[in-house]
Amino acid sequence: MITVENLSKVYDGTTVVDAVSMVIEKNTTTVIVGTSGSGKSTLLRMINRLVEPTGGRVLIEGRDTREEPAHLLRRRIGYAIQGHGLFPHRTVAENIGTVPQLLGWSAARIQARVEELLQVFQLDPKAYADAMPHELSGGQQQRVGVARALAAEPAVLLMDEPFGALDPIIRAKAQEDLLEIRRRFGTTIVLVTHDMDEAFHLGDRVAVMSGGRLLQYDRPARLLTQPADPFVARMTGMGDRAMRLLSLTTAGEAALPGRGSGPAVTASASLREALSELVWQGADSAQVVDADGTARGHLTLDAILRHGRPS
Amino acid sequence: MRPATLLRCAALALLVSFLLAPQRFAPLFAPLTQYGAPPIYDQGNLLSLALAHLGTVCLAAAASTLLAVTLGILVTRESGREFLPLSRTLVNIGQTFPPVAVLAVTVPLVGFGERPTLIALFAYGLLPIFENTIVGLQTCPPAVLEAASGMGMSARQRLFKVELPLAMPLILEGVRLSLVINVGTATIGSTVAAKGLGEVIIAGLLSNNTAFILQGGLVTGLMAILLYDGMAAFERRLLRSVRIE
Amino acid sequence: MTEATLPRTARFDRLGTLLGVTGVAALAGLSFVLVKANRIVPGIPRSLLEAAPPLAGWACLACLALAATAALFVFNARLRLGAALLGIGALLLALGAAGDALTPLGNRVVRISAGPAFWVVLVCLGLMATDAITRMRPGPARRVLWLAGFIAVAVLALKSGRFDHLSVMREYAVNAERFSRELLRHVLLAAGSLGAAALAGLPLGIACYRVPRIREAILGALNVIQTIPAIALFGILMAPLGALAAAVPLAGRLGIRGIGAAPAVVALFLYSLLPIVANTVQGLRRVSRQAVEAARGMGMTPGQVLLRVEMPLALPVIVTGVRVVLVQNIGMVTVAALIGGGGLGTFVFQGIGQTAIDLVLLGAIPIVALAFSAAVVLDALVEVMDRVKQ
Ligand SMILES: Nc1ncnc2c1ncn2[C@@H]1O[C@H](COP(=O)(O)OP(=O)(O)OP(=O)(O)O)[C@@H](O)[C@H]1O
Ligand SMILES: [Mg+2]
Repeated sequence: MITVENLSKVYDGTTVVDAVSMVIEKNTTTVIVGTSGSGKSTLLRMINRLVEPTGGRVLIEGRDTREEPAHLLRRRIGYAIQGHGLFPHRTVAENIGTVPQLLGWSAARIQARVEELLQVFQLDPKAYADAMPHELSGGQQQRVGVARALAAEPAVLLMDEPFGALDPIIRAKAQEDLLEIRRRFGTTIVLVTHDMDEAFHLGDRVAVMSGGRLLQYDRPARLLTQPADPFVARMTGMGDRAMRLLSLTTAGEAALPGRGSGPAVTASASLREALSELVWQGADSAQVVDADGTARGHLTLDAILRHGRPS
Repeated sequence: MRPATLLRCAALALLVSFLLAPQRFAPLFAPLTQYGAPPIYDQGNLLSLALAHLGTVCLAAAASTLLAVTLGILVTRESGREFLPLSRTLVNIGQTFPPVAVLAVTVPLVGFGERPTLIALFAYGLLPIFENTIVGLQTCPPAVLEAASGMGMSARQRLFKVELPLAMPLILEGVRLSLVINVGTATIGSTVAAKGLGEVIIAGLLSNNTAFILQGGLVTGLMAILLYDGMAAFERRLLRSVRIE
Repeated sequence: MTEATLPRTARFDRLGTLLGVTGVAALAGLSFVLVKANRIVPGIPRSLLEAAPPLAGWACLACLALAATAALFVFNARLRLGAALLGIGALLLALGAAGDALTPLGNRVVRISAGPAFWVVLVCLGLMATDAITRMRPGPARRVLWLAGFIAVAVLALKSGRFDHLSVMREYAVNAERFSRELLRHVLLAAGSLGAAALAGLPLGIACYRVPRIREAILGALNVIQTIPAIALFGILMAPLGALAAAVPLAGRLGIRGIGAAPAVVALFLYSLLPIVANTVQGLRRVSRQAVEAARGMGMTPGQVLLRVEMPLALPVIVTGVRVVLVQNIGMVTVAALIGGGGLGTFVFQGIGQTAIDLVLLGAIPIVALAFSAAVVLDALVEVMDRVKQ
């Protein structure tokens, strides 16, 4: 659990982060959104003390982060940034092994961990461990960047626009990887993005910032249905908020009992995708099936639309 | 690549064999002499002169590398930032000073002999290394530095594990420039009585013996080219593993 | 990156402190002038107050104290520059006054020269002024104006006679006629070889750019030439030029000889080729493809594209090469004196031969000033051209 209390940062008389307080639960993904210059990166960087706060404090598992030297704190917190920042003079394996090495792990343990991570990110250790970063594609570099951040099994992973430079297909893949990582390692993730779809897709909670202040920090659905402020409503997108809301629920969660008729949609698809499929096919009901084809229930157009309204 | 390597080896072989047994080359130089003057420099051992020359050059370059890299690191740290703009300007101004002028002004201060040459070579050699160290350290990609700190490297670890390795190709290029300039300036050191190959050339100028001039010129020239080339090959090797986009 | 906390809150300037402490220590511990009974004997050290007349000495100290105070506590760059210039002026006037005071009337043998304290304080003040100018970031035109101003003040000050009793000026007085001749010769040698190199280097550069196959070979060869020490290249060239003069009488009558200006000019020409050719290639390569495409699309012939689009766009980079060459040549011409090429190096090497530091300085100071002025002017030119381009 990360507790942020009254955190502020002032640069030359300008308040860049203004008394932000928030509690980030263990094993959740929190996404920070906001306009450019609203202080997102600064807030994130105050958590691992890359930026020293002007006021307030940060507690991780109840311990004030100022109790230990900043660089030791950072070794326990994963950090991944846009443009990955891989060390160009070190191999992929050496890059990933940086923090374990700083922590004094044995060579065998480092190697085992590097291989495990490369496999998690679908990079063949034989082919890639000894490659130099410039030999990888952009998507691969970005995956190595995240793998490096996870190397020392940090309980917390901070990410600043990690997928900003990726094309839509690789970006979608990277997002799935991230969900998988949280499931697998139980990591608490704090992520900054400009992409609202990404925020709603990944975030258990979303924090909206503007001018250094935290306007709202809530579940995605509540952000849509009860925006605290006109700015939040604009940020989350008035025009397609119903569709956004639909995208937060999966077909499996919304499925009605009984076997229906019409096209099949997978249980993991969002209602938004299910609706699109029904409109496309000209049907008004659909069968919900698991990935392996077993029936899970059915959905009607009416049932889907009900989920798109604030209740 | 192949012919170049061959050329390099040939140049090295020529230099070494000439220095070891210069008399064997006497017939080649004889046509350049007049009135029965000696065709091969006879007022000292060419090999020991060449070694002294190389020694002076390398000693000065080592000292300037040490100081210039240290200073370059200091002015690029947070605490040294105040000195950075001035340092850059000084390097720019300093490089307009001709090395000969630096040497000439040093003599009156410390007297004749090796010392003024060493000091002048050292002082002038600082500039390219200092400049390249600063540029190398300042052009490390910001994302890489941010990642290094973000992963928990201390300032020291970041410097030694990330910044210096990334700046190394540029720093070495500075050392190479220094070395080459030094080989040339050191020949002029002989006008202030430093031991070196300049002696041979000057002796030739004074006694109007073209053979001497040519010997001295060829040996220093070959030495400079081989040094330059050797350093460049070393840098290329290092660069192959570090490529920064 | 963690951010800076120190500089902005510091109450006094750290660079200024360093300079101030060094300057004060030098004034206290080292001699301000050296008095020599004649040109050759070692000098007797004298401090500022011993050497200068009391009024001048104390006035100079007061100005220096003011400059030191500014160095420590004043942050405004203009004020700092003013204080530094005031200090430099006071220092120079005090030196001149010391020269007058220490020279017995009509004595032309005694030599008064600046001592270590003078040089250290001058360097400190110079650094302070440089730092202030750097922080003010003057534009190109302003920098050239400043330079012109400094040169004018320096010439006027030297003409005023206030410094005539200093030993450098004594050397000048003895060599006045030769000095202007060698100065002119120095400039001609440096600029002449540059002009020749530009005439040959531009077409060569264009050829290298157009024909990649010859690029490697030519640039490689020019690189090798650059690594050969100047004195060695001068020496090596003496043989063939001497032979040429002996074989072709016309060449000899044109002034081509194994010794003298000819090998110097040829060597400088060869050295100058690399920066010019390399920068021409570099500049042409950086010209945007779209601009060239557009020019072609408008129906320009290849020659027109080169002259009207590519060369103008590449010009700033080429002029940068010219700057490198000019500064380098001004330095290297010095060495030409060793092979009878003349130029200010004559004084330098004569001075070294006679252990006469003042004669060395008479050659070295103008060389440095020439090289520095060339750098300032050409840098400004490049900057202006870059701005025009954008
Ligand atoms: N080191 C610094 N010194 C002074 N001002 C800074 C510094 N770092 C950030 N700022 C200012 O603080 C404000 C917030 O910056 P921050 O990087 O946190 O914004 P952001 O929300 O991450 O923006 P973006 O979406 O563009 O990345 C900006 O106005 C920025 O100019
Ligand atoms: Mg940001």
